[in-house]
Amino acid sequence: MSTSTAAPIPVAPVRAPRARRRGRVRLLKYVVLLLFAIVILMPVYVLIVTSFKGGGEIDPAHAWSIPHLWTVDAWRQAWNGLSPNLGNSFKLVIPATLLSTLLGSLNGFVLSKWRFPGADFVFTFFLFGMFIPYQAVMIPLTQLFEDVNFPAGIPRLVFAHIVYGIPITALIFRNYYATIPEDLMEAARMDRAGMFRTYWSVVLPISAPAFVVAAIWQFTSIWNDFLFAVFIITDPAKWPVTVALNNVTGSFVTPYNVQMSAAVLASLPTLIVYVLLGRYFMRGLMAGALKG
Amino acid sequence: MPHKTPPRRATVLRVALLGLVVLMLAIPAAAYSGKSKHASATASCQLQVFSWWTGGGEAAGLSKLITIWNNNNPTCKFKNETVAGGAGTNAKAVLAQRLAAHNPPDSFQGHAGAELRDYIKAGQIEPIDFIYKQYGFNKIMPKSLISQITFNGHLYSVPVNIHRANILWYNPKVLKSAGITKVPTTWAAFIAALEKAKAAGVIPLALGEQWTQQHLLETVMIATIGPARWAALWKKGANWSAPGVTLALNRFKTLLGYTNSDAASLTWQDAGKLVADGQAAFNIMGDWQDGYFSGTKAGGNLALKPGVDYGWTAVPGTTGVYDWLSDSFTLPKGAPHRDAAVKWLAFLGSKKAQDTFNPVKGSIPARQDANAKLYGPYLKWALSQWKKDKLAGSLTHGVVAPNAWAADIGTALGLFLASKDVTKFQSALVTAAKKHA
Amino acid sequence: MRRIRRWGPGLLLVSPSILLIAVFVYGLIGWNIKVSLSDWRTAVPSSKYKGLAAYRDLQSDPAWSVNLHHILLFTVTFIVGALLVGLTLAFLLEKGVRGEGFFRSVYLFPMAVSFIAAGVVWRWLMNPAPGNRATGLNVVFDKLGVGFLANQWYLGQDWGMAAMALPAIWALSGYVMALFLAGFRGVPEELREAARMDGASEFRVYRHVVFPHLRPVTLSALIILGHISIKVFDLIVAIGGKQLITQVPAVYMWILIYDARDYAKGAAIATLLLIGISALIIPYLVYTVRSERRA
Repeated sequence: MSTSTAAPIPVAPVRAPRARRRGRVRLLKYVVLLLFAIVILMPVYVLIVTSFKGGGEIDPAHAWSIPHLWTVDAWRQAWNGLSPNLGNSFKLVIPATLLSTLLGSLNGFVLSKWRFPGADFVFTFFLFGMFIPYQAVMIPLTQLFEDVNFPAGIPRLVFAHIVYGIPITALIFRNYYATIPEDLMEAARMDRAGMFRTYWSVVLPISAPAFVVAAIWQFTSIWNDFLFAVFIITDPAKWPVTVALNNVTGSFVTPYNVQMSAAVLASLPTLIVYVLLGRYFMRGLMAGALKG
Repeated sequence: MPHKTPPRRATVLRVALLGLVVLMLAIPAAAYSGKSKHASATASCQLQVFSWWTGGGEAAGLSKLITIWNNNNPTCKFKNETVAGGAGTNAKAVLAQRLAAHNPPDSFQGHAGAELRDYIKAGQIEPIDFIYKQYGFNKIMPKSLISQITFNGHLYSVPVNIHRANILWYNPKVLKSAGITKVPTTWAAFIAALEKAKAAGVIPLALGEQWTQQHLLETVMIATIGPARWAALWKKGANWSAPGVTLALNRFKTLLGYTNSDAASLTWQDAGKLVADGQAAFNIMGDWQDGYFSGTKAGGNLALKPGVDYGWTAVPGTTGVYDWLSDSFTLPKGAPHRDAAVKWLAFLGSKKAQDTFNPVKGSIPARQDANAKLYGPYLKWALSQWKKDKLAGSLTHGVVAPNAWAADIGTALGLFLASKDVTKFQSALVTAAKKHA
Repeated sequence: MRRIRRWGPGLLLVSPSILLIAVFVYGLIGWNIKVSLSDWRTAVPSSKYKGLAAYRDLQSDPAWSVNLHHILLFTVTFIVGALLVGLTLAFLLEKGVRGEGFFRSVYLFPMAVSFIAAGVVWRWLMNPAPGNRATGLNVVFDKLGVGFLANQWYLGQDWGMAAMALPAIWALSGYVMALFLAGFRGVPEELREAARMDGASEFRVYRHVVFPHLRPVTLSALIILGHISIKVFDLIVAIGGKQLITQVPAVYMWILIYDARDYAKGAAIATLLLIGISALIIPYLVYTVRSERRA
């Protein structure tokens, strides 16, 4: 802040040394960020490089080297092993993600903005369900499905993921909706809007970031789930890709290159989701979706 | 937090919401209108067979059997239900859950012997003595085998193959350059050979993860106390505090000193490969190692020449003893297609099935009328041994101990590997025997 | 009456979820606790009440104390590691850098990979083979001239489970970074400016203005990481199998239920895990709800 009474005199840039320091700090920042990026991408490098190797090169001794003979043989085997099940995974993940995010939005809305006596208790009641070790309940869960003759196969898995997704989706939406300013709700109340109208015209239109966070989270966990899938679905033709990934490696002989390419193949959809929607994920998080 | 609401996005979200509500109502409707599990079960016949044979020679052998079955039974095609992972640990868990939920397959794979006891006690599998009688299996399979898989006077599975656990694999070139002139057949000679290997700078005894260490333990025990006392260890009143057992455990500890430090991170194939690559002299493993050594590269194997690139003999001290295990199939109670299941078991015990499956799988038939011409060099040797050796059932592969007992031994072994305390190990084994015998 | 008409619809809307959670979470937990107190120790189901026998069995089981040591070491390393890395990355990014989008995607993307796939790769990286058989990171250390860093990784007698936490840190620090980044950016710039106006150094600004704002985010990160850590199964099995040397309670529970068929003891482990998690969660939930009510 300079006050000048006379004509401006060109002043030598006082900020030069500070700018240089800032420049150096920024360089250091980039170096550190890049180092982290390299460390984080290193396993990806191993995965990809191994997946293009053939027969004799595929042991730990040559893990780092580029393949001498690039071959897509492992990819072919992985595709053969996994492609029938990719369809199952999509048939599972898409309805389960859509329905559980919808349910989460409704639950989150009620628990944060259209409260009732005991709403906080109900929220805690839900949240606690996120933490149970699932192995412990596999047997009674599958027995329950049998007893009520629930349609076998993917429907059971969709149902299970929707139910066990209730806590986390409620958490995401409730936290997000908690940031809605009270005056918006007041305005709706002034208009004598009921619960559904309020949801429809006030809450839903601004829910996009929360939907994205919830959808990404659910897509990832449901796609990558192994435990539920292997127990609930007994028909191998209906298994999602994670179980097929496990099968591709075989009981006795484990071809590492096929394992690696299968791992990449099985992760591609979630990776694509992250690449495309990662930005919205961040935005949703910043809007308060998953904070405490 | 500012909430901007561009009208277009609001519309998109609303349409999406309506779509979801429709979906939520439509899916259950569609699901219920689809075929339920029970409808499909009675409509068309399918033989549902559950196993963990998902790779290598076993999958190849199984698919050969499937082809024959489908040709002979076009109205009841084979439905291959497999779960991979850890020599059947995932499969066993999934199977346990299916049986508990009263949703059994038509037949499932299990190791012949005590491993089936859980299913028998829970009333989940049927006795199949009638199959043995009808098809003469009790005449063509060795009596000693049949007596070891009889429980309370009844038979519960049809063994498809026989594997041998007590094989010492070695690399002839490594032995030569280490100055080991004769392949050891006694304990003392074995230790001397291991010392020579150590001096030559190679891994004396290649070892893998915990279950292979249990596998090593059982061969050492059989070598030390002999097959008769080994069999006695698994009966009521067994004496696990005997000095013979102490000696065996100490020998096991000695052997561990000659193994690679990263054993727990290696699969059995990794350990075998150390021998094949000349980095280790010896490896003790079942004869599926031969399948890995000599099998095709396309199948993920090493394509080595038997007798030239690798050699084998009985584990030192167990010459004349066959530490056996067997893959077998059962008849679950409430099998959805029982007649087909019975036919399947009869088929499995036939000469055609066993001589088709085993050469590819890398094992010998349970039947004694195998056509030796179909089998490779190692298996020819195994066939000749099977005819005369004394039998000792495997612990690690479900012959002599039921699952709970084997699990307790595994835990005791895990603790021993950390502490190397033989006394504690032995008393844990004594406790386990008292609990389960 | 009018009041009920106000909140009645809300309660009705969440009631299906309440019912589902009541059955599939609490009902099944109840089944689990019942089994842990029963006589069901073999493949033959039994529902006789046996009290705390299975728990006493567990208490005197040396394998159980090994498991407890393992999970403690794993959890502490994992949580501290993920928080530190996530915080560092968020701190580096929060003021905005060129290519922030690229860096964020890179850091976030390990979350997309399943623990099984991550385990497969990290098993290679953490290969404990010694000497001339060394590979994975050990060989990289050697080439970089820091060969003394080569070690046994997850097979190490004392610190093995800390190494086991590395793939978990790799998988989840991106998520922690996202949380902290949101937290950092949630601090109003005016507050920071005001502090700078008062002559505070940047360090002071962080210490007294920004970091206190991060407390709720840290807490929620702690909870999410904590519960993943206590239940960890896929990752352990992918790297170390079910061996005792890398065993954790979720794996021991599997062995007891599906191998040993000791259902009561397995259910006892599940109940203890639940109690352990509750000790973390319930105070946190109470604190959150109360602080929300205060705000």
